[in-house]
Amino acid sequence: MAKRNQRRIIQCVSAVLMNANIAGFWKGKIYTGRSKNLCLPILNCYSCPGAIGACPIGSLQVSAGCSTYGISFYVLGFLALMGILFGRLLCGFLCPFGLIQDLLYKVPLPNLKIPRKFDRIVRFGKYLTLFFLVLLLPLLAADSYGSTIPYFCKYLCPAGTLEGGIPLISMNKALQNTIGWLFSWKMFVLIIVTVASIIIHRPFCKYLCPLGAFYSLFNRFSFYRYYIERSKCTNCGKCSKVCPMNVNPVKTPNHAECIRCGTCKKQCPQNAIKVEKNINLHVKEKRNE
Amino acid sequence: MNKIKIRWVQCFITFIAIGLFMVGIINQEYEAVYNKAVNICLECIGIG
Repeated sequence: MAKRNQRRIIQCVSAVLMNANIAGFWKGKIYTGRSKNLCLPILNCYSCPGAIGACPIGSLQVSAGCSTYGISFYVLGFLALMGILFGRLLCGFLCPFGLIQDLLYKVPLPNLKIPRKFDRIVRFGKYLTLFFLVLLLPLLAADSYGSTIPYFCKYLCPAGTLEGGIPLISMNKALQNTIGWLFSWKMFVLIIVTVASIIIHRPFCKYLCPLGAFYSLFNRFSFYRYYIERSKCTNCGKCSKVCPMNVNPVKTPNHAECIRCGTCKKQCPQNAIKVEKNINLHVKEKRNE
Repeated sequence: MNKIKIRWVQCFITFIAIGLFMVGIINQEYEAVYNKAVNICLECIGIG
């Protein structure tokens, strides 16, 4: 197995496993088994006919209405645990919507280079999405019956349209009669994200994804982490040139934006970028300095 | 940040995360997740 294809294979296997209810696609029905008690650690719409688990972002929003404290400790604790264990490795290796964006970026069309300063500012968009659309607004919209509006899912999430909306509406005639302006808006968002994914690497992950924003808070501290062997690094700059997320791994190997795709590791001629495996981190760091 | 402290931060966050998760399980919050996830989310697919 070629090493460069390993990540793609893991992404594909993950996408299939998390959407293993294949029969749901032609029946136009979603899976209703007990595994939907569990959240998946990635953005995968629970209205996708194949989905065998719940979307954590959707669950976080809908629990705002029915949870005693306005936020689901179950979902928040699960996401924090995944974040501290793996950080954004989950974005790079397991997320099906990330895989779709990766594949779209392979379409042979000219790529758009966004100026670094502008890029840095726009990246805050995903934190705003997380705070306002996922946490704050569903909480404010919650009524006494325990229902609320999942603002992110309703107005922004292109994964819901792609994985849930299109397969369900195309197979379910009852749903076809109910589509209106909201579906048109969501299709518009999906088309924008699709076109942007062809010319920009993972635009949704960089600028809009609330789950990416949540995991990025943990990337600096997660157990899965990179380190640089200073004795080997020659500061050639190859790693930062090839990084699809515009990170300089030598300067900040555990940057919030790093999705652990491993492109920098493969490109390093000195093999100086390593994955931290030793539990006794500080001993290793001292040895490197 | 002092690199030696990272392990302490990791342990602290892990402890908090497991604590939150356990409280959620005790409160049976997974039932709310399940009830939402087994019905078609009309908002998610764009017809809500």
